[in-house]
Amino acid sequence: MYRYDEFDAAIVRDRVAQFKGQVARRLSGELTEDQFKPLRLMNGLYLQLHAYMLRVAIPYGVLSSRQLRRLARIARTYDKGYGHITTRQNIQFNWPSLVDAPKILDELAEVEMHAIQTSGNCIRNVTTDQYAGAAADEIEDPRVWCEVIRQWSTFHPEFSFLPRKFKIAVTAAATDRAAVRVHDIGLRLHERDGEAGFEVLVGGGLGRTPHIGAVVRDFLPKEHLLSYLEAILRVYNLEGRRDNKYKARIKILVNALGVEAFREKVEAEWATLRRDAVDLPPEEVDRINAYFAPPAFEALAAEDLADEDGDVARFAEANAAFRAWRDANTAAHKAPGYRIVNVSLKDPDIPPGDITDAQMEVVADLAERFSFDEARATHEQNLVLPHVRLRDLPDVWRALDAAGLATPNIEKASDIIACPGLDYCSLANARSIPLAQRIGSDLAAHGDEQDIGDLKIKISGCINACGHHHVGHIGILGVDKKGEEFYQILLGGSASDDASLAAIQGRALSADETVAAVRRLIDLYKERRAAPEERFLDAFRRLGDAPFKEAIYGVH
Amino acid sequence: MKAVTANLLADGRVVYLGVGDGFVERLRDAARFEDAAAKDALARTLARGAEIAGAYLIDVAEDGAPAGREAWKESIRNAGPTVRPDLGKQAAPDGGATSVGER
Ligand code: SF4
Repeated sequence: MYRYDEFDAAIVRDRVAQFKGQVARRLSGELTEDQFKPLRLMNGLYLQLHAYMLRVAIPYGVLSSRQLRRLARIARTYDKGYGHITTRQNIQFNWPSLVDAPKILDELAEVEMHAIQTSGNCIRNVTTDQYAGAAADEIEDPRVWCEVIRQWSTFHPEFSFLPRKFKIAVTAAATDRAAVRVHDIGLRLHERDGEAGFEVLVGGGLGRTPHIGAVVRDFLPKEHLLSYLEAILRVYNLEGRRDNKYKARIKILVNALGVEAFREKVEAEWATLRRDAVDLPPEEVDRINAYFAPPAFEALAAEDLADEDGDVARFAEANAAFRAWRDANTAAHKAPGYRIVNVSLKDPDIPPGDITDAQMEVVADLAERFSFDEARATHEQNLVLPHVRLRDLPDVWRALDAAGLATPNIEKASDIIACPGLDYCSLANARSIPLAQRIGSDLAAHGDEQDIGDLKIKISGCINACGHHHVGHIGILGVDKKGEEFYQILLGGSASDDASLAAIQGRALSADETVAAVRRLIDLYKERRAAPEERFLDAFRRLGDAPFKEAIYGVH
Repeated sequence: MKAVTANLLADGRVVYLGVGDGFVERLRDAARFEDAAAKDALARTLARGAEIAGAYLIDVAEDGAPAGREAWKESIRNAGPTVRPDLGKQAAPDGGATSVGER
């Protein structure tokens, strides 16, 4: 894992001291709210529906047990005993006071964490594959490049006041788990003639005007990553609109210019850039690379390598709950005898992505004992223990199960992304969380989630699309009709390699009607799928929207 | 009718302007104003910038319940998240604000 060097530690400490002074001046009345608001936002402190909200950066989702324990302590000491994992792999606290904010930032700085660039029109936390460094299907560890980008983008003087916020995601695996096609910049590391380089996608994004990113360069040698990013950001910074915040994202610029013209501008800028002044020298990349060297995986005995025999298989044979969890919540690891363990934060009784202080400590203990001291936050609002020995799975499962963290639903229908919605967010039209919970309960009551398989449901409480509804196989968007909550259903979206935008199916429904319509969609899919392996999304694409629309609204 | 709502600066807590211009925790205890008086009340509140992080007017019915287009949002803001009845003012021992419950 990357460790802060003196430079990192110093800039975070300086920022905390600066913010402490700003808070004191605000509390004394020396600063007005208008003067203070941009300062608090730069430190991740928002004012939400009920209280302040502090968004803490988790660089590319990677956490040590020490950091996770500190987050637990912050939740317990300064908040209301829980935190909320976000779709940028960050964590939010929903109830901190302004008075405590500097103390929280102090506590975070002690464990190499902060809230810098979690708000504002700057480059936000770079996200990546939650299985990075562990995935069986990756060509190399993408976190190295996330860290390179983090260092370059932190307090970058030229890019601190962009036309709008800016989000970058990186993947290096055959399967895109980082949604790179719906980011301002998506970077997909792939191989050509035995060499690894980036496919660079620009102008993806959700929000009011969703777009799938366009390929601006299909192969960028790795060593030129920063200079090429700098060229893109420079074109955007100069030409992106600043007159209308709804038209200020880079996707609008790419779309207005056309991808060809945008590419020409970027390439022209890149040609004149002093690349040697921006690109990292190979020794520096090597230095960062060394931090992400794989942990010392054990060379395991034959019995521990295979799933089919041995103690774990026997335990699974006798224990259906463990079996369901192992099948749904663990994934292939690149090291023989290891598995990736997903920690589900999607118990239908709990708001999606919420985790209590006690649960954080359970995961921290498990990370320390069983996963080389590492945990990850995922953009789908779960956690991951990336490196667990196959033979430790029963112990890990028992501990997670006892803590309510073993719902066997990863990438299943109740693994719902839901934004905070009207329960917490002042911009919302409608609540998201109760709808997610009701759909989850309906699935539990029917007991058919494993049979349904891969089905992504995503819910946003307003058009800002923090719940990624445009890329849900089933997307749900909260709308306001004369002060009442209603929901539009969208179908056919995907944030993965087969990225597509979901389309609105028709008039908005009440919450009750929406839950019932989702059930009818599932029943239709089960009836019409070509084979049990055909996913909901593939069945939808094959059959077209007419039967699905009919399932939602009935025949007219 | 209108009421003035604000967030306290120090802890962000939701409050309302009460009779006599003190801040009260519960919407039902808030002072209610006709439109012209409401503007003055809001201006007086906004002038207390060292105490609050922001303030705005909300529509209320005669009985003090939230009204108009934003009624549902303001009910939740007054009570706490509907998914966590243990949090927000709805969690106070005396019931604080009335829980908005399910709808
Ligand atoms: S999508 Fe809308 S309601 Fe949901 S968190 Fe974002 S801004 Fe708030």
